[in-house]
Amino acid sequence: MRHLNISKDADGVATITLDNADAPMNIISLDFVADMEEAIASVTADADVTGVILTSAKSAFMAGADLKYMVNAYDGMTKREHLGFSQKVSGMLRSIERSGKPWVAIIDGLALGGGLELALACHRRIATDNPGTAVGLPEVNVGLLPGAGGTQRLLRIAGVKAALDLLLSGRQIDAEEALSLGIVDEIAPAGDAAAKAKAWLATNPDPVKPWDVKRAKAPQPLGILVPSDAADYSMAAAMVAKKAGYNQPAAAAILKTVYEGAQLPIDKALSVESKYFAQLLGSPVARNIMRTSFISRKAAEKGARRPAGVPKSKVSKVGVLGAGMMGAGIAYVSAKAGIEVVLIDRDVPAAEKGRQYSAKVTQKLIAKGAMSQDKADAILGRITATDDFALLEGCDLIVEAVFEDLAIKAETTAKAEAVIPETAVFGSNTSTLPISELAKASKRPDQFIGIHFFSPVDRMSLVEVIMGQQTSAETLAKALDYVAQLRKTPIVVNDSRGFYTSRVFQTMIHEGAAMLGEGVPPAVIENAAKSIGMPVGPLVLLDELSFDLPLMIVDQAIEQEGDKYLVPAGVQTLRRMRDEIGRGGRKSGGGFYEYNEDGTKQLWKGLAEHFPVKGDWNIDDLKARFLYTQAVETVRCLEERVLETREDADLGSVYGWGFPLWTGGTISYIDTVGVPAFVREADRLAQLYGPRFSAPKMLRDMASEGKQFYPAGEAEEAVAQDRAELASS
Amino acid sequence: MTEALIYDHVRTPRGRGRADGSLHEVTSVELATQLLKALRERNELDTALLDDVILGSAQPVGEQGGVLARAAVLNADYAQTVAGQQVNRFCASGLDSVNLIAAQVMAGMIKGGIGGGVEAMSRTKLGHDSGPWVADPAITIDNHYAPQGIGADLIATLDGYTREDVDNYAIESQRRAAESWEEGRFDRSIVPVRDVLGDVLLDHDEAVRPGTTLDQLAKLKPAFEGFGKAGFEAVVKDRYPEVEKLNYVHHGGNSSGIVDGSGMVLVGSEEFGKSAGLKPRARIRSYASIGSEPTIMLTAPAAVSEKALAIAGMSKDDIDLFELNEAFASMMLRYMHTLDIPHDKINVNGGAIAMGHPMGATGAMILGTVLDELERRDLSTALVSLCAANGLGSATIIERV
Repeated sequence: MRHLNISKDADGVATITLDNADAPMNIISLDFVADMEEAIASVTADADVTGVILTSAKSAFMAGADLKYMVNAYDGMTKREHLGFSQKVSGMLRSIERSGKPWVAIIDGLALGGGLELALACHRRIATDNPGTAVGLPEVNVGLLPGAGGTQRLLRIAGVKAALDLLLSGRQIDAEEALSLGIVDEIAPAGDAAAKAKAWLATNPDPVKPWDVKRAKAPQPLGILVPSDAADYSMAAAMVAKKAGYNQPAAAAILKTVYEGAQLPIDKALSVESKYFAQLLGSPVARNIMRTSFISRKAAEKGARRPAGVPKSKVSKVGVLGAGMMGAGIAYVSAKAGIEVVLIDRDVPAAEKGRQYSAKVTQKLIAKGAMSQDKADAILGRITATDDFALLEGCDLIVEAVFEDLAIKAETTAKAEAVIPETAVFGSNTSTLPISELAKASKRPDQFIGIHFFSPVDRMSLVEVIMGQQTSAETLAKALDYVAQLRKTPIVVNDSRGFYTSRVFQTMIHEGAAMLGEGVPPAVIENAAKSIGMPVGPLVLLDELSFDLPLMIVDQAIEQEGDKYLVPAGVQTLRRMRDEIGRGGRKSGGGFYEYNEDGTKQLWKGLAEHFPVKGDWNIDDLKARFLYTQAVETVRCLEERVLETREDADLGSVYGWGFPLWTGGTISYIDTVGVPAFVREADRLAQLYGPRFSAPKMLRDMASEGKQFYPAGEAEEAVAQDRAELASS
Repeated sequence: MTEALIYDHVRTPRGRGRADGSLHEVTSVELATQLLKALRERNELDTALLDDVILGSAQPVGEQGGVLARAAVLNADYAQTVAGQQVNRFCASGLDSVNLIAAQVMAGMIKGGIGGGVEAMSRTKLGHDSGPWVADPAITIDNHYAPQGIGADLIATLDGYTREDVDNYAIESQRRAAESWEEGRFDRSIVPVRDVLGDVLLDHDEAVRPGTTLDQLAKLKPAFEGFGKAGFEAVVKDRYPEVEKLNYVHHGGNSSGIVDGSGMVLVGSEEFGKSAGLKPRARIRSYASIGSEPTIMLTAPAAVSEKALAIAGMSKDDIDLFELNEAFASMMLRYMHTLDIPHDKINVNGGAIAMGHPMGATGAMILGTVLDELERRDLSTALVSLCAANGLGSATIIERV
């Protein structure tokens, strides 16, 4: 048994200590399950064992299940295997519960997902008073439900309402809250927990759960014959619709599992839970969410795109040029990561204003109890606000975030390069200007790179790193090392107009504007975008952006490319709004919306007059247009080598501009639809709405060759390998 | 085909559906029993001539469950041979019960029977019968379930009815109901409800508020905004993306009242009438039921009215009076607009917004009300319809003979 060890004391108490041999966290993996089954069988069979203490040698009890294994379930396993996996783990936990011996779990640190499920199967749970001790069932966030008894034990312990709250939110709760809900039975200092466990075992507790006593009743034996329960389930479904929408099956499956399971005896209930779990595990949505939000994201953060062979670097001092909204945010996240920051603007008050942004953010965190005053002081102390470029001396890295103007940026670059070390990397946070063009102002274009942050910088995790024509691998490595210091998620793209994220994001907002021009009611446009899972509609986004920005990008492109340039779909609508109607967005007093003094807003009534509604819109087409325009443009980025990897495409779309996570990202979405079906639908849309939808050659080739972006074979191989490793160990 | 003829109808007054309502002490089966007795007595009816009694309840559980109709038949001391049956099509149950009696007569399988309904809402409260359509997440989520009041506000939002529009409708319903009571238009069909000692508990619809004004109604808070904001607005928008925000205009004053009551209609063939020595008052020309989009829930009446008209080979211009259950003001306005019916041809004696809506009983009650009104005005035809939960609707067309 590689992942746990068993010891026995003179009183017959066996202690099973979880200790993953391969990673710093205990997880439910195939080989852990094999070990655990063996351990359970051994202590159950051992007549000398009177009770069992389950504890962990790691800083956490257990972090959950092995998503690396489960992410391959959709492509790599059969429906039977999905159910079999769930039943295996669920059955293992049931064998603890029914072993006839009392088990005590000591939760010191996190017990999440499968970890909490394991603890819930024990007969007593002692949480330590370690401030890091917390429990939760976050499966909903990866498109799954707790499939090893978590839903059923939790609702039997904490009641249906509390269980639904925890299961549907996936939130973590601390030991105190867990105690108040009965999820843990006792809180003890970490040093005393084992003694407390032994003391309880010494009382010869009856190891039979309330739901296993004879004639035990199901929690809601009358089902919805109880009117208040029926009403609660009505409301819960509406809350699921509000929170999760209709694209994510996990929340709905959790609600169904609780509803059905609460009326059943435990073993039937566990069986129902396993089936719903298997249904989710076998859905592309769970795969998409796990792959992008966990597998690809982690790989990116660990340096998937970092060139090999470049020694690891560390930024100790960063110069941030421009103390506007972006510069201020970049200064804050850098200082928070322990980096000395020189924040420069045209005069000291302007620079200081940028520095005060960090004060504001940290004050808010302190008020919420999420940060100490000392830490906040240290962050602020690391930021020097100045107008003196001389202070940039010794910077390892520059992040330039001045006004989006070639000349201003060129001047700033020259001034900074006059001071900084020859080895320093020069990063530009531009979102619109070509990096290779900006690099012309640099003495060292090979050390010049795009480091594109998203607003608000402290909350948006993505950083789009842009390679100029001359940017060196070493520069890329250093930029990625900086992003890693900030604990953000990098993608790496090549230089092009709007790079990747701005270029594709633009297609979505233009599509919304185009729809308005066609006579689609504006509320329908917004709701169609939201119903596919976009956080807000395109018209709101355009208003916030103001129409100047997208129109400026278009004007520049027309100037540079002339007839070659495919003018985005919404340009006409935007020009009419701004130039003829005189509504250019929120900043200029209103755009598609009108804004009330109390902070609320509604669609501008005048839209009906200028863009008369035509009755022939089809909601399914509108939804498809939002998804397809972005996915097709992403494929063009891959074709043109603006993007080099499918993972960058997915991560950038989800974390850069909020492309819905249930799709896995713009590229995973195409796989989810199926490449041939996607091509057919894209062509249909192209015929109806214009060439922007027409499937690029790359996709047609893939369709005819039967290829997809993430081949199913990869998953099958991975599953086979997992199993082979298990068999040989 | 045998003709189904209406020989008589009766209803109880409607008591406020609350603990302080006058009928609260009376069980559902007793309400039904008193009407069965009244039908027998006022028609000197040999109950052995009847084949079936079908009663509807929208909450057919507890004391309204277990085929209440059979218990009432026995309790009223009808002939043991009279069968009993229970029907549930939510708010249309009372009308559907009459339709089913009529259908059996038309088919020649029975000669005579009583259709109607009973709902003591102060006792078997809304929600006591829930069902998968409101509670089972395997159904509610995909079906986009939202409470009826949300559907009513959705109609107002889509059709642009303002708070004033719906409140004005409610005021007119109150005015008409009060006027009808004052003039005694309901007298011939009301059976006062008596207590165990035989004393009258209630002889009039006690929920009516004569003289209701726009100012009074304006003070009432929207009833369904809380539900909407908690999540049902998201449910609605997924089905109706044209909604920017729901316009919450409905409240207790412009929605049907919660009341206790029962209504029954005596239906039979011509032969039945002869055996019983009764004169027919109207024939049932056609009836229909239909399903419609369940989230908006309340828009079936127009479609089901057209269906019933088509079956009868009639057009809406052939109908003298319309009677549509006033579940909510907005669905009344939608119906009148869709079928182009002037307000003075519909619910001419007021409706459920004023007098209350004892759910499973209402269909039989309003069928009787409009028949009385046809006779009073000496008109010929009427179309009765109700919207029902989950997008259902039923309609019946009658013609005086």
